[in-house]
Amino acid sequence: MTVATAAAQLRRLEYPRARSPGFWGMMLLIATEGALFAYLLFSYFYLGSMAAGPWPPDGPPSLRLVLPNTLLLLASSGTMYWAEAGVKRGAVGRLRIGLVATALLGLVFLSVQGVEYSNKPFTPATSAYASLFYVITGFHGAHVAVGVLMMATIAIRAFLGHFGRNRHDAVTNVAWYWHFVDVVWLCVFSSLYVAPYLG
Amino acid sequence: MATTAPAIPGRAPDERLHQIWETKPGLLGILGTVDHKEIGRRYLVTSFLFLIAGGLEAVVMRLQLTRSDLRLLQPEQYNQLFTMHGVTMIFWYAAPVLSGFSNFLWPLLIGARDMAFPRLNAYSYWTFLLSGIFLYSSALVGQVPDGGWFAYVPLTRDAFSPGLNMDFYALGLVFLTISTTAGAINFIVTLFKLRAPGMSINRIPLFMWGTLTNSFSVLFALPALTVACVMLYLDRGVGTRFFDPGGGGHPLLWQHLFWIFGHPWVYIIVLPAMGIVSHALPTFCRRPLVGYTTVALATVTTGILGFGVWVHHMFATGLPPLATSFFSAASFAITIPSAIAVFAWIATIWTGRPVVRTPFLFMVGFIVLFVIGGVSGVATAAAAFDQQLTDTYFVVAHIHYVLIGINLFPVVAGIYYWFPKITGRMMSERLGRWNFWTMFLGFNLGFFPMHIAGLLGMPRRIYTYPAGLGWDTVNLITTIGSFVFAAGVLLLVINVIYSRRRGLPAGPNPWDAYSLEWATSSPPPPYNFAVIPTVGSRHPLWEERLDEGGRSILSEGPALDEKGEKETVESSPLDSRLTDVLRMPEDTYYPFLHALAVMLTFYGLLLRSHRVAGVGLLLVALLTAGWLWPARRELREEE
Repeated sequence: MTVATAAAQLRRLEYPRARSPGFWGMMLLIATEGALFAYLLFSYFYLGSMAAGPWPPDGPPSLRLVLPNTLLLLASSGTMYWAEAGVKRGAVGRLRIGLVATALLGLVFLSVQGVEYSNKPFTPATSAYASLFYVITGFHGAHVAVGVLMMATIAIRAFLGHFGRNRHDAVTNVAWYWHFVDVVWLCVFSSLYVAPYLG
Repeated sequence: MATTAPAIPGRAPDERLHQIWETKPGLLGILGTVDHKEIGRRYLVTSFLFLIAGGLEAVVMRLQLTRSDLRLLQPEQYNQLFTMHGVTMIFWYAAPVLSGFSNFLWPLLIGARDMAFPRLNAYSYWTFLLSGIFLYSSALVGQVPDGGWFAYVPLTRDAFSPGLNMDFYALGLVFLTISTTAGAINFIVTLFKLRAPGMSINRIPLFMWGTLTNSFSVLFALPALTVACVMLYLDRGVGTRFFDPGGGGHPLLWQHLFWIFGHPWVYIIVLPAMGIVSHALPTFCRRPLVGYTTVALATVTTGILGFGVWVHHMFATGLPPLATSFFSAASFAITIPSAIAVFAWIATIWTGRPVVRTPFLFMVGFIVLFVIGGVSGVATAAAAFDQQLTDTYFVVAHIHYVLIGINLFPVVAGIYYWFPKITGRMMSERLGRWNFWTMFLGFNLGFFPMHIAGLLGMPRRIYTYPAGLGWDTVNLITTIGSFVFAAGVLLLVINVIYSRRRGLPAGPNPWDAYSLEWATSSPPPPYNFAVIPTVGSRHPLWEERLDEGGRSILSEGPALDEKGEKETVESSPLDSRLTDVLRMPEDTYYPFLHALAVMLTFYGLLLRSHRVAGVGLLLVALLTAGWLWPARRELREEE
């Protein structure tokens, strides 16, 4: 088979046979963002290891708000998965509901985070621990916010009928980003909230 | 050589493809082009302008240091000059110039029509340019960064460095990382997805192994710089305590983060340059490179080991002996893959039939300087000896042998080598010889005595020195050498400008080279190749004389012109089998506007204006959505 006829055959393919370049781009974006959080957590543990007094200075942080919030964010990965699995089978209605639900869960997560911030007895300028706490959770929160914006954009596109069984690359990319933001949260949660109880 | 080059197989210029792919004239063409060749040319020119800016800063400093007790410059001006010189050269010249080569060449080397993300490619360029303008706009308000290119705290915290100077530094670097990261992602995806059929991963040119390794290093190293600069900005502006020992922070956190980024960055700015040599040296030795696989693996190994040596920048900070021993050993280990590459080049010259032209001279010069810079690197890697050398001119000599020797010399070789491909004309060989010898002798005259100045105890970054310390002579020689070197760079600029108009016509393959970029006209048409080639070996244009087994097909293949839209092939990542046909985007204003909005946001952050930053962010969000919104045409296809 010559190359020319191979290309001609490819044009008739109904399904893409490989992951799109966009998917690869998203994976690499996730890799570099993952490194960003790794360096943030490195800074946390480095300053913790250098601290003269107890770390965190005021004892382990309360889990009262953050534990349910973590479960809520995990649930949003579930709704995202449900939406994406739907569009792969052509269930566009399921996609729309799932995207809206995921975006709403993301907004609730950010609001609870805001309440937690206002409950904290310290500001970013109080101590290095406080600076780390706000900057690490703030970077993560910014990623959630960006995810919500992405979700809102593709939700609009879903209502305009842009997606279908054969065309949902954008949904897949946003889904991977969202799951990544969730996994990062688990790392942040275990480092900032759980680890102090273990040590 | 030009007369003996075989005719290039391939079809005559294709009118239809030309119409599909050409950048339209006018404003859209200027601000909206997504042609990788145009973007690559702009990258090269812009980074060279930064080189000249950084070079002029250096020349002024050398005047000040010519002899003891000179007062040409105020100490504050001297601080600004050495900071801007380092920052400009390391961040806005050394890496972007390699991106320039990669941008121009990447699709040509793999038989594609453009990069995987052409608009992102344009965006890389605009953010590179605008972040440089952002940095240099500090001169307009007289608050130029002045804390050195690695900006150690506590000097750079607000207490000792009030004013916007170091805010320009911190924000400018974060701004630039956007460009570098976008570029790295683009190179990786293009390499793995857009290669012509048959160009399996073990057939890609070694230049691509260099840039591929560089791109992965960028993805994993640059975030450390981003984190460090964000923390510095917040410490200065918001009062966070990351680097403040009084609040539980630690100044060494800055050094760790900066050098975790900084040492991989050394390899980021040398590996593609070494790749240029591995790529072009065989052409002038009339034989394939000795040890392709070994050199490729050595490149990747260097990139990985580069992440494990950062503490050798911090030997003098009082870290535990176990840590310094470990990082000292790792720093010795990293010389092994470098030595492999050096021996591969020497063996290639030794067993080849060298044709001495200007690019070859620069490559040989590079090998010599690489060995000298490598040996002085081993000296600083020895933790005990480093205690004596750190913060002296010995380190300044080392960094210049590394960065000029391993980056600038290969870059100039690359300019002489690919200038015919980029412009269609040869550079003057006669001027080239003068160019090489002036640069090579001037460089060694200027920078070798710095080793001695360092061993005599002269610290770096002093704006003047008293008489009677024995430093006058070496400094005078250094200043003379640096002026000779600067004259050499000027000769290069003259040669480029002269040859651009008056150079001899080059033809498609003036060096009788082996790789795919020489299989199309010079300069290449907007569509690069009239048909997508099929690659059968590592040296597609040398197959008849090498007999490596494979046969490439350059004159037949899919033209991808039936639909009247920009298209290129997508292939599998390792063995490069055809998997799909991709449609490529048209010229668009979005990348330029998006970069402008990002710039606005950074000015908002600089001035601590929530309103300006907020408007900037809003524009960024809207422009992102608009950029990614599918064209109507794409939606029709779904039905």
